[in-house]
Amino acid sequence: MKTSVFLGTLSVAALAAGFASSATLDDVKARGELNCGVNTGLAGFAAPDANGNWQGFDVAICKAVAAAVLGDSSKVKYVPTTSETRFTALASGEIDVLSRNTTWTFSRDADLKFTFVGVNYYDGQGFMVRKDLGVTSAKELDGATVCIQTGTTTELNLADFFKVNNMSYQPVAIQTNAEGEQQFLAGACDAYTTDASGLASTRAIFPNPDDYIILPEIISKEPLGPLVRQGDDQWADIIRWTYNALVAAEEYGVTSANVEELSKGTDNPEINRMLGGEGDLGAMLGLDKEWAKRAIAASGNYGEIFAATLGEGTPIGLARGLNALWTQGGLQYSPPFR
Amino acid sequence: MADKTTSAPFVRKEMLAPEGPPATQIGAVKWLRENLFSGPLNTLLTLAGLTTIAYLLNLALPWFLHSVWNAKTFSECREIVANTWGPDAHGACWAMIRERWNQFLFGFYPNDLYWRPVLTFLLLFVAIVPVLFREWTPRLMVAGGVVGALILWLSVAYGDAIPAGILVVILVVAGLLGRSGRKYPATLSWFTLIFPVLALWLLWGGSIWMSVAILLGFVLGGLAFRLVSPAGGLVFGATAAVLVPILWWYYGSEPFALALDRITGHGKPFWLREVRSDDFGGFVLAFVIGVSGIAASLPLGIILALGRKSDMLLVKWICVGFIEFIRGVPLITLLFTASLLLNYFLPPGTNFNIILRVIIMVTFFSAAYIAEVIRGGLAALPRGQYEAADALGLDYWKAQRLIIMPQALKISIPGIVSSFIGLFKDTTLVVFVALLDPLKGITDAVRASLDWKGIYWEPYIFVGCIFFVICFSMSRYSMHLERLLKREHR
Amino acid sequence: MATTAETPQSGFRLGMLIYDTRYRSITIQIVVVLLCMAAAAWLIDNLFSNLADRGKDLSFSFLWNRAGYDINQTLIPYSNDDTHFRALLVGLVNTILVSVLGCIAATIIGVFVGVLRLSSNWLVARLMTVYVEIFRNVPVLLWILVAFAVFTEVTPQPRDFKVTDQMVAEGTEPAASMILFDSVAVTNRGTFIPKALYERSLGEIKIGFLPISLNTVAILAVIAASIFAFRRIRKNASDVQDRTGLRPSTWWMELLVLFVPLLALLIALGFHLERPTLGGFNFTGGILVLNSFMALWLGLTLYTAAFIGEIVRAGIAAISKGQSEAAAALGLRPRRTMSLVILPQALRVIIPPLISQYLNLTKNSSLAIAVSYMDLRGTLGGITLNQTGRELECMLLLMLIYLVISLMISGGMNVYNNSVKLKER
Repeated sequence: MKTSVFLGTLSVAALAAGFASSATLDDVKARGELNCGVNTGLAGFAAPDANGNWQGFDVAICKAVAAAVLGDSSKVKYVPTTSETRFTALASGEIDVLSRNTTWTFSRDADLKFTFVGVNYYDGQGFMVRKDLGVTSAKELDGATVCIQTGTTTELNLADFFKVNNMSYQPVAIQTNAEGEQQFLAGACDAYTTDASGLASTRAIFPNPDDYIILPEIISKEPLGPLVRQGDDQWADIIRWTYNALVAAEEYGVTSANVEELSKGTDNPEINRMLGGEGDLGAMLGLDKEWAKRAIAASGNYGEIFAATLGEGTPIGLARGLNALWTQGGLQYSPPFR
Repeated sequence: MADKTTSAPFVRKEMLAPEGPPATQIGAVKWLRENLFSGPLNTLLTLAGLTTIAYLLNLALPWFLHSVWNAKTFSECREIVANTWGPDAHGACWAMIRERWNQFLFGFYPNDLYWRPVLTFLLLFVAIVPVLFREWTPRLMVAGGVVGALILWLSVAYGDAIPAGILVVILVVAGLLGRSGRKYPATLSWFTLIFPVLALWLLWGGSIWMSVAILLGFVLGGLAFRLVSPAGGLVFGATAAVLVPILWWYYGSEPFALALDRITGHGKPFWLREVRSDDFGGFVLAFVIGVSGIAASLPLGIILALGRKSDMLLVKWICVGFIEFIRGVPLITLLFTASLLLNYFLPPGTNFNIILRVIIMVTFFSAAYIAEVIRGGLAALPRGQYEAADALGLDYWKAQRLIIMPQALKISIPGIVSSFIGLFKDTTLVVFVALLDPLKGITDAVRASLDWKGIYWEPYIFVGCIFFVICFSMSRYSMHLERLLKREHR
Repeated sequence: MATTAETPQSGFRLGMLIYDTRYRSITIQIVVVLLCMAAAAWLIDNLFSNLADRGKDLSFSFLWNRAGYDINQTLIPYSNDDTHFRALLVGLVNTILVSVLGCIAATIIGVFVGVLRLSSNWLVARLMTVYVEIFRNVPVLLWILVAFAVFTEVTPQPRDFKVTDQMVAEGTEPAASMILFDSVAVTNRGTFIPKALYERSLGEIKIGFLPISLNTVAILAVIAASIFAFRRIRKNASDVQDRTGLRPSTWWMELLVLFVPLLALLIALGFHLERPTLGGFNFTGGILVLNSFMALWLGLTLYTAAFIGEIVRAGIAAISKGQSEAAAALGLRPRRTMSLVILPQALRVIIPPLISQYLNLTKNSSLAIAVSYMDLRGTLGGITLNQTGRELECMLLLMLIYLVISLMISGGMNVYNNSVKLKER
């Protein structure tokens, strides 16, 4: 955009007209860039590599949305958010979508006025401790010092867990995963608690991961997913169906490798509808016909993304578990494209 | 009696050569006795001081002596120290600075565009010359030569990075500076005036016409004042001077810039690659915020101080309220307000640059302090000065400009400069609104990489030293200025 | 008399609002106020339309909801079942704690530094100059971070204190040990210090949200009574000296009055110290002083002390040499010169900037965010803000509280200033 942001402010002019709540899509198109809120650095989910390019599971959602809406998966501005700043960043319109392992809860949905568009990772809160501490169960953590990220559901879960089990603990509040990691490694806390996937990802980049264990207890349900501001249903639909397209693509065997070929037409009408060969689902979202095709081409279908960022082939080494497709005993399930 | 004296055989007849003072009264010994061991308390203090120094040296010296300058990772550093100095030795790992200095200085500003902040920084020196110096002294000439040489070196070093057009512009500017600035640095003021928009363009890039359009707003404001005030008086003149630029910026500037941009295209001299605000970081960010905050907070502070001293009650209350509010809350809460709440108070859909928001808040914060300092200066002026100005028939603004302010500002120099120093130090707080300040933002980013995990002291020392050099020289300069301007007899 | 020029009588014209200096200031004021009100109205209008847009409202009722989170330093009773408001109070008390302790320590260090900078001792004066310049010219955030790094990186972990059977058998020492007769343990989680316990406690009463231990009250009362009695004894002795010229020997009575009642009370209460002991994951018993608190306190103290040192030095230097010479001429001894002549005058110069340093320290305590100390910003402006999503309300409340604290401090300063102002006639 040629519009100098500075000029706009100097003249106290509103840059883009229109209400933030009703036309996020127009804003994004006008801007030519998707502002996507991500984690400040959680290997596997969202972290910049050595060249400053963002990589990870949550980042892939941003890319898919950018590809669907703008036609270019690189047109994303990644806004690193801490657990403390993420909601205000979204509410204030600084970001268009928050894709930062955020737990879907009732109050966030209803009271904080956000719309969760789906669950891209089913998770639960766990504990990580040093192996030589000799602890094998979270129930043995009475009196422990626990590092915890502030502003998260884990904070509340932790309080509840210790209360229910009649144990005491000493919380050490931290702002980012990096800080928690550093405090935990320095021994400033006995246990580090966050989503189990986050623990695995954190442990993976420790100098000697085998010295640490993740305790078996999962003390909460943590359905993580992308979210948008409430009130802009069209925009929420776009994110929701972009995500569903990735899941459906895995189900129907559409991959980044064959999406080009399959988009020319297949004998499965569902795939044809999704990829724009039949009907015009894109127009219903305010997009063009090939939106889903581009989204899938950006970094592959759900399974590909998982395998490339979190899966067993990566240092993080997470199994699909609950996040397998429904056809394979998991919970990932896309409503039909019809 | 006299007879007796002269005849006494034991009285020496010839004078002895004068002896030197006793060993305890001269040289190093005397100095030591007087300055270090003049009494039991002083001796004790000296010993305590020596112990402290010895303790600190014992802690830090081996660490410094075992410095490693060449390594790729922190663990490699440790290995080198262990291999060279034994397994228990500690050593500084300055290799980190070697590897990452550019991030500390430039943040994530694109590598091939480093010349732009550097050039801006050099031009800053040109721009502040008319403000700080009244005459060309030989020393100033030498400094000017050095800056010129550096600019030239920059053009050579980034020969292909600098579009030929900019080079020409620089040369022309340099030539103009040389011509107009020959007699008094004050003749360079025009450069000081265009510097902000020039810096804006150089740092953020984009079309030069945007900067020109912004500048034109000020020019139009000045013109409006010139045209209206003779006919309509000061009040209408001032109103026009405010309204015209706002109207221009609001309605005229964008079409103007776009039109010119379409004509010139993205050709080299008119267009620089855009750099996004989130790429700013490190000392570039600290300087952008610090320098613009300093430049903007002084005039605002003066206005607030005058408002607070004003006879107009309502104006006074507004100024007092503003000053007390800003001084009463921590800067962090103001920064949070800028980053979290500002969107609530602006029309829906407005979204403006976070760096600018931070600059505004930092400026407010500093201006409130400066206003208090200047108020002290105004209060310290003898009443006679005000009365003399009235007796001369000067109006309010003339009296302020010619009589009151020069004296009040002179008295307030130390306070103002320490506010500036405070502002510059406070630029580190922007890390809490997710900007990459050199102290915590960049340090955390460096430490987050696997290579430099666990490195603590080196980045803090490096950043601390740079801050120290800048702030210390600012405070020394203010002391120099104070001496220079001292007029009273002692 | 008749020659006095008549003031031109003319009716009021609209132009006079601008050209007549009598009315101009009123016009300007009204215009300024109208502009300010318009700006405020614009902002508030935007605020409400934005809030309506996002389906939010402006309400502080969330303060009475259950907070649900835990805080690691609570000086007043708090559990996660308490309300957000109580969490706010916990944070406020933590802010006040670190500010007050910081002000006290910074004053003590600052006075020492300021006096020593004027000392005739070359080495010490130079050392103090170096201290002041280094600490003043580097951001306070750096000192807080450095202090935190020292506390977390250099100090041992609690498990380093552990003595295992194997160690006993081999005769090796544990990696770290407690100091001060095994009563204080410095770890990378915080410093564990002994805690005062009373076997026959008097209990406590609650005043508002603040529980007050009657034991402490009793001890303070006894100390106050002792000091009062001590002064009475001295005064009596002085009176006797004035009358008879002989001062009765009272030192044993003084000692008795000062210490016996306190000892008696402590024994009656069953006072003893509870030492921290290593158990399970951590030290148990005693009081844990968090590292985040220590780092914040130390960083703020050392930074502010450098400024206070300068203020004290300037204050003493501002008193002209004639004053001390006059005092000497009157035959005052150096100590009395200091206490009767120099200090009262220097204090008038020192106190106002000193108070504004206190103000700065209090505001800088919000940098607790850098070390995750749970101050007011950490609870109200941090966790509560995030858990409830009420950023507007939380930030407004946060600013309001800081503003009230600041205004109270500067109000106190004004009262003081008026009381020491030179009475000019």
